[in-house]
This record gives sequence, structure tokens and C-alpha cells, in this order.
Amino acid sequence: MPSVMIRCSDAGKLLFYVAKKDQEDEISSVEKDSAEEWGGEVELADGSKYYIDPISPPPSFPTTLRFKRL
Amino acid sequence: MSNMTREETEALIQEVLEVYPETAKKDRAKHLTVNDQSIEQSKKCITSNRKSLPGVMTIRGCAYAGSKGVVWGPIKDMIHISHGPVGCGQYSRAGRRNYYVGTTGINTFGTMNFTSDFQEKDIVFGGDKKLSKIMQEIEQLFPLNKGITVQSECPIGLIGDDIEAVAKKTSKDLEKPVVPVRCEGFRGVSQSLGHHIANDAVRDWVLGNRDTDTSFASTPYDVTIIGDYNIGGDAWASRTLLEEMGLRVIAQWSGDGTLAEMENTPKAKLNLIHCYRSMNYISRHMEEKYGIPWMEYNFFGPTKIAESLRAIAAKFDDKIKEGAERVIEKYKAEYEAVIAKYKPRLEGKRVMLYVGGLRPRHVIGAYEDLGMEVVGTGYEFAHNDDYDRTIKEMGNATLIYDDVTGYEFEEFVKKVQPDLIGSGIKEKYIFQKMGIPFRQMHSWDYSGPYHGYDGFAIFARDMDMTINNPCWGKLQAPWTKSEETSMAAAAGA
Ligand code: SF4
Repeated sequence: MPSVMIRCSDAGKLLFYVAKKDQEDEISSVEKDSAEEWGGEVELADGSKYYIDPISPPPSFPTTLRFKRL
Repeated sequence: MSNMTREETEALIQEVLEVYPETAKKDRAKHLTVNDQSIEQSKKCITSNRKSLPGVMTIRGCAYAGSKGVVWGPIKDMIHISHGPVGCGQYSRAGRRNYYVGTTGINTFGTMNFTSDFQEKDIVFGGDKKLSKIMQEIEQLFPLNKGITVQSECPIGLIGDDIEAVAKKTSKDLEKPVVPVRCEGFRGVSQSLGHHIANDAVRDWVLGNRDTDTSFASTPYDVTIIGDYNIGGDAWASRTLLEEMGLRVIAQWSGDGTLAEMENTPKAKLNLIHCYRSMNYISRHMEEKYGIPWMEYNFFGPTKIAESLRAIAAKFDDKIKEGAERVIEKYKAEYEAVIAKYKPRLEGKRVMLYVGGLRPRHVIGAYEDLGMEVVGTGYEFAHNDDYDRTIKEMGNATLIYDDVTGYEFEEFVKKVQPDLIGSGIKEKYIFQKMGIPFRQMHSWDYSGPYHGYDGFAIFARDMDMTINNPCWGKLQAPWTKSEETSMAAAAGA
């Protein structure tokens, strides 16, 4: 269950940053991304997938969340 | 020697690895690579931030060095106690040349060494009492200090002292911040974890101190310089440019910095990071907690300076954007003259670097401005995000080495035959004796600043002075010179 900081890149994309691993990747898709909720399955640019129970209302970024590795 | 192709560079790596035993070879192979600009993520080609192999010479420091030497040490109005035996602090004292203004021993303490000087009895019975006693002494002798940090050396973690409790109690007694830092040298694989621990200590013990204090009047143009240690005056040379374009620099982290500046940093509009490696942690934290955006910039060489000034200005209004253009214009004649003077003397020269933090990638632009080429680079303690940023800066088929060993570095140099090497003091004399011009690029070889336009002029002069120094032709003893060369010398004379 890595603790992940999500922040916005200059290009407006979301970045997925795992401090422990110095891994910073773009998020390519988020399962649930609406005005009501944010979360579900999250896929990164390199193809790896993570899961978080949808949060509602959507959090404001940057923020630190705990994800599950899929 | 002309530039090497990808195959040649790969062959060179294989050749150098040949002497290692099987397991060591496998391990080291992961740390050496040939640059390929098409790779997006460095983890595909290089492994970093791993434990060095026992038995090889590496050039790394320890976590204490990362915290005391790099992040905390330059905060000039605090007293940093090297808590433990005397050597760790004494032998590294003032070596980084973080310049500051102030009267040392009265209101600033940058070049002094404070230590609890552990003896056997402190190890056996614990050093907490001693620590609280020396902090009382410090308060008596140096009443103008603004706070104290306790920088743990190895034994502290081993004997289980509770420095946090002592710090809390003393902080109450003195009514000043006392920051315990758990940066024992054995933590982590290099000084890098020390940076992280130091950042976390700032976060936990300093950053929130003035959250409820509104006496600091901020402006929309407040920025901070993060990760500039003012080596030889670097931060000053950077600060002037930012101020000239209309911004207000409210804090310097940590070269020539103060505790108050650190505490006021959450009031900034934008954090500007020079050394990403050592201070990205705190910048990310500030973005999350206070909503302050951060960006990296590079003040080495006019090309990168102009790029960075414009990128910084893009975050502000037109007034600042005009300011950036004005600054670039103002220094144009100056830096063009520098290039006109030194480029002809340095053009085509090839450089190999091996440093830490940000320099293995940041200085590339400055060399290129002088017509030079960086053909090999590497970091002592980088992580993969540093290599991500390096791949794009380096030419294709150039060498990249992580945590290079003394042996590998020497072999690479023998084969690549660069015209200049930029690395640390431990490497300096080896390469000089090999007859290769060398600059110590950690503290600028007692020179500097190298940041900003002012710094570029000094940088160019230093590189010229080193490479074109007549001494390099005189390294061979006369009796070992071949007939021909001595004949030629005689004919020339
Ligand atoms: S490794 Fe430990 S003993 Fe050595 S310099 Fe660092 S803190 Fe001191």
C-alpha cells in the first residue's frame, strides 16, 4: 500500500509520485473522475495499475493518498 | 580522440567490467550505461541509489554529511551541534565554502565547529545529560544564536539516546527552537538519505512555526531560492538576477540563510529549486500543505539562464516577463564578450564529470555555451528521477556512470581521454598526476560563484585557466621523453 502524492504537472496532467521509490509517473487514466468522485483503478503511463476506493467529493491536488498495487 | 560510437562506448564498459568477479560485475553493469535520448525513463537503463559494493572505492558521503554538511549547516544564525565524536564535524568543517554575511561567533556560526566530543563514558552511560549541558553552555557563550540543531553522528543511534526528549525540554528552557536530527551516518546508502531526513526535520520542527503569525507582509512577487548553498557566493549571483527582474527573494535555502527565512518560506508565492535532489522533499511538502507551487531552474551558462528566467517569469504577470527580458538584455554584452574571449580557446574540448546533486546535468549547458562537450557524466548519490532529467541533457552515446568506483573512473578516463575532468577532491590529484586538467566541482576549486551571469564569467575563466595551463605539457620527465619530442622541443626553442 504505497503512500502516493498526486500533483498536477505543468501540462495539467496528474503526476503519481511515490517518495519511497522516487518514482514519478504521469497518470494516463482514472476509472472514476467526475464532479462527484475520484478514484477507482488508476493507470500510469508505464502501464502499471493502482487502486483506491473512490473519494467523494474529489480531493484537491496536491495531496497524499494510499493506493493499492494491482 | 574523436567521439565514440554507441558500440565503442558499450565495448568500453564491458572491457572495464572485465576485471570484476562475477557477482560484482553483474551489479556494477547495472550502474553503467550508454546514453540514449529516446529513453523516457532512466530505470530502463540504469540502477541508482543502491548500496555500494564492499571492496570498491566509492566517493560517497554519509547521511550526517547530507544533513549537517549540506542542508542544515549553512543556516547561519543557528548553531549546529555535531553530536557524537569530534572527527565527523571537525574534518568536514567549512569545507563546502558556503559564504555568508555576519560576524562569526557573534550572530553567525557557519564556519565554526560545535561538537559534543563523545568519549568512552558517553557511549557507555549515554550522552543526553552532556547534550543538555552543552546547549546551556552554548546559550551562555553565544546568546545571539536563533536556535540549535542536534546533528546525530553514528553512535547516537547505536546507544539509543533520546535526543528528541532533550531537544523538547531544552527548547522550552531556552525559548528557542531546538531541532533533533536523526541523521546518523549509517542510515541509507549515501548522503542522499541525510538530505531527506534533514528536509523532514525542517518540516516537523521549523516550517510551521509561524503559521499563525501574520506580521510578515507578503507581496505577489515573493519567491524563494531553494537548494542553493551559496558556494563561493552562488546564491548571491542568482538572487541579483531574480531581484532585477522584479521578484522579491524572501528566503535562501540554505546558503546564507537564516531560521527566520525558513520559517517565512510558507508565505512565498513560488519556490524555485536549484538542487532538486537535496530539497525536492520539502518543496513537495510545501506544495501539499500550503499550496505553493515549485519549479526547477538552472542558472549555469547564459543559454540555461535565459531559459530559466523566462520560465520563471511565465509564472507571473507581464511586469515580470518584461523584467526577465530586460535582465537578459542587460547582461547580453557581458556574456557575449565572455564567450567571444574564451570560446576560441575552449572550443571542441571534451569534459567528463562526476559530481553530486544537480551538477552532473546542470553544468552541461554552461560547457556547451563555451563550445565544449560533456562526454561522460555521473552522480555520487542520485536517484532515478535525477537520471530521468539527465538523459535529455546528454548527447547520444555518451557515458553515464552511477556511484562510479575509483577503478572504473580511471579506466574510463584512460580510454576516453577527456580534456578536462570535473569531480571532487579525492579524484583531483589522481587525474592531475595522469596529466589531465582537473577542476574540483563540489566547491568550485576555491573559486566561484558559478551561478548567474556573473558566475559564468568566472566559470569560463577557470576552465580556460585549467585546460590551457602550460603545466600539462611539462608533466613528463625529460629522460622519459622520446627522441622526437625532445628534438621538436629543441627546434621550437
Ligand atoms: S559515517 Fe558516522 S562516523 Fe562516519 S562521518 Fe558519518 S556520522 Fe561520522
